[in-house]
Order: sequence, then structure tokens, then C-alpha cells
Amino acid sequence: MTAIDSEETARADTTKNPDPASRPIGQLHLLPHRDNVLRMTEVRMAETANERIDDETDQTMLINMGPAHPSTHGVLRLMLELDGETVVRSKPIVGYLHTGMEKQAESLTFLQGTTNVTRMDYISPLFTELAFSLAVEELLEIEVPERATWIRMLMTELNRIASHLLFMATNGMDLGAVSMMLYGWREREQILRFFEKTTGLRMNHNYIRPGGVAADLPDGWREDVQALTAMLPDRLDEYDILMTGQPIWRDRLQGVGVFTADEAIALSTTGPILRSTGMARDLRHDEPYLFYDQVDFDTVVGTYGDCFDRYAIRLNEIRESIRIVDQCVEKMPEGDWRALDAKVTPPPRARIDESMEALIHHFKIFTEGFKVPEGEVYAAVESPRGELGCYIVSDGGSKPYRMHVRGPSFINIQTLPHMMAGGLLADGVAILSSADPIMGESDR
Amino acid sequence: MTTDPATEKQQGSEEEARAQPAPEMAYNCVVSYSRNQRVIHPSKDQWFTTAQALLEDGYRMCIDLTAVDYLTYRAQRDLPEGINPERYEVVAGFANFVTRDRIRMRTQVNADALTISSLFVLYPGSDFMEREVFDMFGIVFTGHPDLSRVLMPESWVGHPLRKDYAIGAIPVQFKGSSKAEGSRP
Repeated sequence: MTAIDSEETARADTTKNPDPASRPIGQLHLLPHRDNVLRMTEVRMAETANERIDDETDQTMLINMGPAHPSTHGVLRLMLELDGETVVRSKPIVGYLHTGMEKQAESLTFLQGTTNVTRMDYISPLFTELAFSLAVEELLEIEVPERATWIRMLMTELNRIASHLLFMATNGMDLGAVSMMLYGWREREQILRFFEKTTGLRMNHNYIRPGGVAADLPDGWREDVQALTAMLPDRLDEYDILMTGQPIWRDRLQGVGVFTADEAIALSTTGPILRSTGMARDLRHDEPYLFYDQVDFDTVVGTYGDCFDRYAIRLNEIRESIRIVDQCVEKMPEGDWRALDAKVTPPPRARIDESMEALIHHFKIFTEGFKVPEGEVYAAVESPRGELGCYIVSDGGSKPYRMHVRGPSFINIQTLPHMMAGGLLADGVAILSSADPIMGESDR
Repeated sequence: MTTDPATEKQQGSEEEARAQPAPEMAYNCVVSYSRNQRVIHPSKDQWFTTAQALLEDGYRMCIDLTAVDYLTYRAQRDLPEGINPERYEVVAGFANFVTRDRIRMRTQVNADALTISSLFVLYPGSDFMEREVFDMFGIVFTGHPDLSRVLMPESWVGHPLRKDYAIGAIPVQFKGSSKAEGSRP
């Protein structure tokens, strides 16, 4: 694996250098473009607009890209220092979509928490719900029924397909393949239609909850999902014809935004960006959660770490997800879809009519919420964008004392100055698009 | 660092600790387990050196770095013996890709001296995470190259995730509704 190779080369470097004191500590020296990160405040940048430039050698220009640029996928602002058309330094500025969701989580019960976290990554909302639910279940130490776990896997994999299809669409549009925009949305729409049938909503589902899922799969779900997995492979082959093999598409992406495994690890990058460098890091394989150890699928890795690899990885991850979805359909057991633990699960509707205690219990769970034992826990899932973690501290009450979400977009945005350094401004759009950040999750 | 005898001793004791079923010390820090997740509790002074020892031990990625304000929950909580609870706690998670291990560092930070060493040189990926903690809690990371607000506007006053920062609310007035106006005292 690339990481081990690079570790060996790093060690070889140290043997060449006999003096340990002069050897750089840490991983900062692994970043060749560490000086290409622009460290300038927004206020300072605004001031430079009024400054007279007398220095003949100062030929660089500071410009803003975003926060309302169509290819910034929301409200990401890039402060760029350009020399002609070449990006010298850059600084991503985030926070335009910050809505204090972590603060808000402290005043919502654990049951309400999923309504909050689902709005973070609005393209793949089920993953944030899943990470949150796994963390709460870890704190509660309750078992989730098998069917609920399989439903979670089915739904999150469908969500991964939908998210990657959206990437296909926006990546195509950013690079001028405008017809791809329509195709990507068209296929995604089919999946969202199934989501609507199952969860009642197209986005922000609040479907995966601590203890299981909100509702069982609807009647006829098997046929719906099979129709999806039958439709998608042919469409993916169409994308291959439309883009993968096209010389224009390849020229536009190959060798652009090259990133090495060392850089990616040092910058805490996860997900397709890390895998494009050759590191086969996928939590579904490395630290299996749910029942990922019972299904057969491959981790897709790249070789060159360029924009084309990142595109190809996502395209092929859709194919892997289809394999997982098919296995979920095949293995879906009968049974309960939420834990029958009276502590977290409200009594069934029929019981409420006949039992006063059941009514009180139902009322208590939805007004006061269930109490979660003291402790702190971190749970992580592999979202389409990388490792999505949820850190929860509970003080024994019915609301989290602190809830923190490790948003992969937030961390991955740090890689942009490193990937864009020395490249053309037009390639910056391709790089930004291939990083696929979702600002709702980044800013929270 | 590898030639430093103190580190060798440290790594040796760490291996011993793994062999035993209930280790008490690792990387010269107290170990505890929170729902089977391994947590070490370095002191504030040990923060940087422990992270360095972790890096040299193969924990190459700083997965997450955040903080918690324990203002209203300062009992002994789940801290092991010998760790004095302080108001703030900085938490960092690390991952080892070869052994697929994870480890978490939790350090108590006193409210009177809100500084801690930055891990930027060791783990450059902690850049944004430390900026977020600074932004939200006001904890200063010494050695960080650009410790500025990341999510809140640069001119913002206050640190929102502190427990004494009010959540606030904007009063909503339903204009044009005669009923709502009529019901107001």
C-alpha cells in the first residue's frame, strides 16, 4: 500500500540524515505546497483593494471566488492569489452557512437530535442520522434488531448512490458537460422517489433514529429497489460513454489537482479524495459497522490522485453500492424495525388506547425524552464524502451535553489550496468540484 | 525523538500495557475506556509530546479535534483517578491505518489559562479543527500559523459553544394579524 511505501521512504530519509535534531518532526514537511496556503484575514484582503501598488515586482492579484459562484456548490468562498492565470496561494473561507447546529443540539432531546443532524449534509442526510444514532445507541448500550440494521444499510447505500449521482451531475456541469447535469438529476430523482415513499420526505428524512428506524419499508419496496438496481447499471454505462472515454473529458481532468497519499493523510483527508491517492481506506471494510462484514463489495482506489481518479472512484462506487443494495434485498430478514426496549421505544399505537400507563409512557418519551447514561463516545460511518463522525457527551440527562459532528467536507476543504497550487484558475473549478464539499455539513 | 531514552521507555511501557488485560498507563498517560473506546488522559503539558509519540507509533491521522465546556457538569464525570476536572476539555481522536486502531486524547484545560499547544506541525490537518475550537470556545492554540475564526464572522464577539453563551432568540412578530395584535397585553 502506498502509505506503507511512503513510511519506508520517510524512514530511509531519516537514515540519510544522521542528526535527529535537524530532522523535521511531524508531518508538515510532507506537504510540498504548505506555503501555498494563503494566511490572510478577510479584513486585510479588503484593505488591499485600496492600496497603491508601487512595487514593480508585485504582480500577483487577489480575487474572490464565491461565496455566490455557481461552481462553489453552495456558499464556499475562495480567496485566490493569482499570477496571471496561475493560482499561487489560496484560502478557503467557510462559515456562510453556519447555523449553530452543534449548539442547538444541546437543547434538543436525543430523539429530536436526528431532525437537527439530518440537515447538515443535505445531500446524504441518512449518514449523519446514522452516525448520531450509532453514537447514542453506543451510549445506551442497546441492541438494534437485525431488520433495522439491514434497512439502515439499504437506505444509506441508496443514499450514497443518490449522492454520487448528484456529484456526477454537478461535476459534469462544472466542466461543461451540461447534459450530464440532467442525467444525474434524473437518476437521482428515481431514488428520491423511493425515499419519499419510505420516509415521507425527499431530503432531511429523520428516518434513522436511536433504536432503529422510524418506519418499516413500505409495501412493494422489493420491486421498487429491484427496479432501481436494474435501471442504474445501464445508465452508468451511458455515463461511461458520455464522459469516461471522451478525450475532452480526460484532458480536462487527468493530471489536474494531483494529490499524494502522504499529503492526504497529513491533512486528515478521508473518503474518495484519500482513496484516489491509492490508500484503500474505507470504514466499511476497515472498521465494519452495521453488517458490512456480511456483504461482498470492493473498495475502489485510484492511482494518480488526480481529478479523474476522484471522478472514476465515485462512478465505480455507485456500482459497488448497487452490489450492496442487491445483497441487502436478498438478505433482508423479517422482524422488528426498531428496538423493543421500552426505554427508548414508545409503546405501539394500539396499546395507547387501552392502557393509561402506555399513554403516559408515550407522552414522557416525546416530551421529556429518554435518559442516556453518562459517558462520551465517538461513532463514525463512511459517508460519500469520507469519515463522518459524531462525538457525544452525555451527562445522564435526556439531551446531549455536547454533540460534535466531524464533517468530512469541513476537513476536506483544507486540501483545496494544496491541490490548486500552481494550477490554472480554470482547473481550480475542476478541483473544487472533485472535492465535492457540501457546505451545510462543513459549516453546520 | 527515536533516540531519546525517555521515549523508548515510554514505548516499552506502552507495549506492556497492551499485553495486560486492563492497562493503566500508555504513552505516560492514564488510560480509560469509554464504551470500549480507548482514551488517554495527558496533562496539558504532555499534549504535544503525547501526540508526537502517537504519530511515531503509527497513528498517522488526526481524525477529529474538538472541545467540551464542562461548566455545568463538573462532577468527577467519567475521568479516571488522578485527573482533576477543569472547565474545558480538548478532545482529539487519532487513527492508525495499519493496525486499524483508534485512540482518543482528552486533556483538561483550566479556564484561567486557556492555551494549549497546537498540533499543526505534527498533524497539519488539525488546522481547521483548531480554528473551529478557537472560534467556538476561545481556546488558544500556541504555534498555530493562522488562529482566526473559521465559522463565525471575523468581527464576532464571544465564543458560542461555551455553556455561558446564551442560545438567544429573535422575537417573531406576526404583523398584519389582528388576532395576534389583539391578544398582546
